[in-house]
Amino acid sequence: MAKHHISTTINGEPVEFLCNTEQTMLDVLRDELHLTGTKEGCATGDCGACSITVDGRLVCACLMLGVEAEGHAVETIEGMADGDKLHPLQQKFLEYAALQCGICTPGFLIASKALLEHNPDPTEEEARYWLAGNLCRCTGYDKIIRAVLDTAADMRGAS
Amino acid sequence: MAPDGTTSLRIIGTRPIRPDGVDKVTGRAQFGADFQLPGQLIGKVLRSPHAHARIRSIDTSKAEAVPGVKAVMTAADMPDIPNEEAFVGEGPANFRDMSDNTMARGKVLYDGHAVAAVAATSAAAADAALSAIKVDYEVLPHVIEVEDAMVEGAPILHDDMFTAGVDPKPTTPSNVSRRMVFQLGDVDAAFEKADIVIERKYKTAPVHQGYIEPHACVAQYAADGQVQIFCSSQGQFMVRAYVAKLLGIDISEIRVTPLEIGGGFGGKTLVYLEPLAVVLSRKSGRPVKMVMTREEVFRGSGPTSGGTVWVKIGATRDGVIVAGDAVLKYQAGAYAGSPVGPGCMTAFAMYDLQDVRITGYDVVTNRPKVAAYRAPGAPISTFGVESAVDELARELGMDPVELRLKNAAKKGTKAAYGPTFGDIGYVETLEAVKNHPNYQAPLGPNQGRGVASGFWFNIGGESSATVNINEDGTAVVATGNPDIGGSRASMAMMAAEVLGIDVERVRPIVADTSSVGYCFLTGGSRVTFATGMAVVEASRAVVNELKARAAKTWDIPVEAVEWKDGQALPAGSNAGDFEPLSLEDIAATSGRTGGPIASTSSLNAQGAGPGFGTHLVDVEVDRETGHVKVLRYLATQDAGRAIHPSYVEGQIQGGAVQGIGWALNEEYIYDEQGRLENPGFLDYRIPVASDLPMIDTVVVEVPNPRHPYGARGVGEVPIVPPMAAMANAIQDAIGIRLTELPMSPPKVRKAVDEQTAAAEE
Repeated sequence: MAKHHISTTINGEPVEFLCNTEQTMLDVLRDELHLTGTKEGCATGDCGACSITVDGRLVCACLMLGVEAEGHAVETIEGMADGDKLHPLQQKFLEYAALQCGICTPGFLIASKALLEHNPDPTEEEARYWLAGNLCRCTGYDKIIRAVLDTAADMRGAS
Repeated sequence: MAPDGTTSLRIIGTRPIRPDGVDKVTGRAQFGADFQLPGQLIGKVLRSPHAHARIRSIDTSKAEAVPGVKAVMTAADMPDIPNEEAFVGEGPANFRDMSDNTMARGKVLYDGHAVAAVAATSAAAADAALSAIKVDYEVLPHVIEVEDAMVEGAPILHDDMFTAGVDPKPTTPSNVSRRMVFQLGDVDAAFEKADIVIERKYKTAPVHQGYIEPHACVAQYAADGQVQIFCSSQGQFMVRAYVAKLLGIDISEIRVTPLEIGGGFGGKTLVYLEPLAVVLSRKSGRPVKMVMTREEVFRGSGPTSGGTVWVKIGATRDGVIVAGDAVLKYQAGAYAGSPVGPGCMTAFAMYDLQDVRITGYDVVTNRPKVAAYRAPGAPISTFGVESAVDELARELGMDPVELRLKNAAKKGTKAAYGPTFGDIGYVETLEAVKNHPNYQAPLGPNQGRGVASGFWFNIGGESSATVNINEDGTAVVATGNPDIGGSRASMAMMAAEVLGIDVERVRPIVADTSSVGYCFLTGGSRVTFATGMAVVEASRAVVNELKARAAKTWDIPVEAVEWKDGQALPAGSNAGDFEPLSLEDIAATSGRTGGPIASTSSLNAQGAGPGFGTHLVDVEVDRETGHVKVLRYLATQDAGRAIHPSYVEGQIQGGAVQGIGWALNEEYIYDEQGRLENPGFLDYRIPVASDLPMIDTVVVEVPNPRHPYGARGVGEVPIVPPMAAMANAIQDAIGIRLTELPMSPPKVRKAVDEQTAAAEE
């Protein structure tokens, strides 16, 4: 079967790609567009390593088909920093040592950014439940949660 | 002051941002599955649907005819290598077994065992080819549980396995590969002195390491026989050695480039895909990329053993433990080689016992061959011993921390497994628990507090490091150990400390196997200790060279030059009156003073300081649902010297949480045919953020005299205490002693129901 021609927006840039019907958005990002910052940990929507946003909504790229990107705005980890200026969450994750191996980190950052856009002043419990769909096996989550809450406090102070 | 008494430390113990950090928060870091080569094929593995079966035949002809398929392989494409003992990660293994585990030969021994592999131009073509392979199986009876595998008449996995370590030598094959005994004193006589004896049997479930990054590699076999492998692993030199051995290739023909590793915890101290990718590349003439799915990770890699732990301990009424006895039965999975040895050696290592005996059995079952997992073997035996010690404290009416303090191993204690301890910090971890506010926090109804300790040897071993001074005075530090949780930061910090420059001026890299000297794999909590030692030695050699260059410039003896804060100075007024020469100055003129400045250190590090930790947990048990909520968690540990305290805390927190998962939820569920029913993160439930509180840590520092800065390994100890700490807390909360892991809601609920029924009788 012929491939689909999809026009979409990724990290603010217009992007066109060809994909098969069964290719997930994760496959498209990684294999077709070579945006490998979005990771595959399970391909079943259980680990959150492939977290992206579509029109601002947090989704697992492995649970979305590439063809569904048509006409929508996709954000991935590659678009999170502004050039060489890191997003406050990225900076805070580094300062707090909120990553060890780093494979889950892009997903956590995207999910945390979506949290703070949705709720700029989350409680610890709200942050923990929002991020419950993102698995990290290295850190025990302690430093991740602290980094997110501290970023939220900073961003509230700055705005 | 540094232990060598020379200077105060500027960098060790601070918390700089890790050098690989920006790559990892921006998505630039290249992990196993992120790498590709032009023209690469996609390789996939066909896996057994049976727990135990003889392979009558494999017909690959239809698969080879699928459009896009470039190579199909089976075990017939790999050398049939002889039985040969090898040292694998943290335990012994056998290359024939390793070969059979990567690709089944003759029999399949577990659901998920690889039987064939294909390489094709697309994933879809590879999948089509896998479906076209016809394997004719003769299904055999199987055995999943360790004690079932030990009974007379159990299905035998290996006709040539005769139990080692028993006298007389058995004449019939068995699933017990080995029996071992560790003994000190006269245990049976010592129990006569005990006023109180606790005897109990405990059971743990096998658990997977659960790294979020599935195994992945790209391999290229060139026409001249040169092999390149790009993969994520816990040791590029390990991959090189095993691929060479399994495929009969000279080591000099293989170059392995490490990619970023997305978690390993011991589970990536083996090869699974790499030999297959090399064979497929050889057959197809194209690079081959292979990535496991999550289901394949669960069915075909890891886990660590489950096992049974029988413990008997005796104490006098005043709380002196006089004897300990334990019998451990660990499942190895399909091939011999569980971590029952270290399980035995660690079982009573926290205690100063004159009379102790531990007997271990290594047992094969129709499950995936176990791989190392963080302090391999210790969490299992310690769950039993530390649960029993808690029961002893209850019988004695003694505080469990005080009981441990009274019997704690200290400097001079002879351990049951042989050595006499030097400087260790076990008592300090117990004191840290006692002094923490959590120890006195008030508890409500159905809430309870548990404490348990843990021990791990830590290892040293072979390591190499090269330090190159760049012409602008910055430095590159190359080592050969994959950075699994921030070790590059530690390497850069140690080099910067010695060189006397800012840590940002040191760039640490993890080099490929052809670009740096040999390093044993990343495991055993050895990298900061052993590879760190190589970095320090190489850096010191560089400093000596820098001093020599200054001496040459000033035309004074090198003994008259000292190195301080990144510059050469005359060592006193007698040495002459010269302006200091900075590292930049010396580097800039190195071409005129003798050429580039660099040094390499290769060593076999001895004297890794043993590690101890004590954990304190408060839980609340929901008697309706059986759910156990963790309210507070404190982990204390002796790190010797924390090079980068944030990453030491991170190791402790991460290890503790893995232990909480092991305690409460994680297990493999098999159906009656021996097929794994929960090969995914939905049904194999690792802890998530909402399951947990913050994990408080106290790092105590009893310096390891054998490391230049006093460091000892920290990565493994923290997974040892949690299971018993949780069980002890549940007992404290609801008065029920749970002896079987995981302590999942159905099991807790059942125990509560039994308690209620017993009370009503």
